[in-house]
Amino acid sequence: MNMLQDSLLELIRRTSVEIPEDVHRAILNSLEQEKKGSIAASAMQIIDQNIALAKNKSQPICQDTGSVIFYVECPPGYDQIVFEETARKAVKTATKKGFLRQNSVDSITGKNDGTNLGPGAPALHFHQHRSAEVGVKLILKGGGCENVGAQYSLPNEKLAAGRDLEGCRKVILDAVLQAQGKGCGPGILGVCVGGDRATGYEASKQQFLRKIDDNNPNPELDRLEKDIVATANKLGIGPMGFGGKTTLLGAKICVLNRVPASYFVSVSYMCWAYRRQGVSLEADGKISQWLY
Amino acid sequence: MLKLSPPFTAEKMRALKVGDEVLITGTLFTGRDAVHKHLHEGGKLPPQVNLQNGMLYHCGPVVIKDDQGRWKCVAAGPTTSIREEPYQWQVIRDYNLRGVIGKGGMGDKTLAACKEHGCVYLHAIGGAAQVLAERIKRVCGVYMMEEFGAPEAIWEFEVEDFPAVVTIDSHGNSLHKDVFAASQAELAKHL
Repeated sequence: MNMLQDSLLELIRRTSVEIPEDVHRAILNSLEQEKKGSIAASAMQIIDQNIALAKNKSQPICQDTGSVIFYVECPPGYDQIVFEETARKAVKTATKKGFLRQNSVDSITGKNDGTNLGPGAPALHFHQHRSAEVGVKLILKGGGCENVGAQYSLPNEKLAAGRDLEGCRKVILDAVLQAQGKGCGPGILGVCVGGDRATGYEASKQQFLRKIDDNNPNPELDRLEKDIVATANKLGIGPMGFGGKTTLLGAKICVLNRVPASYFVSVSYMCWAYRRQGVSLEADGKISQWLY
Repeated sequence: MLKLSPPFTAEKMRALKVGDEVLITGTLFTGRDAVHKHLHEGGKLPPQVNLQNGMLYHCGPVVIKDDQGRWKCVAAGPTTSIREEPYQWQVIRDYNLRGVIGKGGMGDKTLAACKEHGCVYLHAIGGAAQVLAERIKRVCGVYMMEEFGAPEAIWEFEVEDFPAVVTIDSHGNSLHKDVFAASQAELAKHL
């Protein structure tokens, strides 16, 4: 084992078993909001107990340890091939240790070789920056919430959604309505306005790297984010779709340019079991800092 | 909290109504996408898998072998049930299922089968893999592991006080339908 592999294994373990602090605060807040004695409140209590139990036992918060998605920021000259090989070894070991479920299936044959390795698994995104630091962020995104993501092409006649922010608001709220409790709410939305079908979804997922309580630097988007959360929480969908006050814990929205012919709004949904962590690495691969 | 324990009879299920919180004790068999497709296509179950009057759990657990080679369930929350909607009614009918445990709810075909055969849909807390794994007292066996892989295999669990909420009862009521209709009406006021 080398240092980088140890660090990545620890990153996977901690991502799988511990909820980030910002998310935990939002969940506790939601627990307080729900009416005492309601099934929504008892769902939130079980969720809170589950968070503590997973951390104490060092076992996955959710059995669906999801798609394994790495985001790597590195200086020019950083060996991405070595990183990818090491990440694959760390994923395989994490699976053997039960931090990840045997979760990667051949889409044609249906075979699951139990390693979590295969085409597209794990997914790695590299981004070069001018700093000498190497930062690795990891998201484990379960299939239940991934399945309720939605992409809208505007204008959408059925929803009377035109090509403007009001139209975006309508389709985003439609995604919340359609998701109900199926994505394991209370959830968090990552949204991208613009881009193409691939880049839009990709950017919507990268919104999950933001902290739940941050503000959008674009004041118009910041207003829309807060409005989406406030409105969604009036719908009464509630935790698990049982009915209740908290349907969303957050909404994060970004924009990409588009071609004149296209206007996509891509919505990714993250479950309450929001598994996201990150580390800064020293030159030898040792963890110098946790990022969330 | 109502306690549910074997024998799981149609009468006991008929006494339950939407919104009841229950604690289940007894045997659960897991079965998800691959198992439902297999049954739908006329496939057989191994003789040890006795679903008659039983409880089926939509779950793909994380199970590892301990040092002595015994199975240990380390995470076992529910998976999304709606994917089994095309098949579930048949399985309820053919095996006299008394309970289907999952998350996210199911549709009209399952609702009708629950009403006809005296079955309920029990919603476990999605993502609560540790709380639910703690209620699994024993992993009694695993079947069809070779064909389907660990998450899709049929696991036999002995559970104690496994928490769930009745969200589809055997009288034609569905919390999912009610919440959808109410939230849709509410949303219309805010557009």
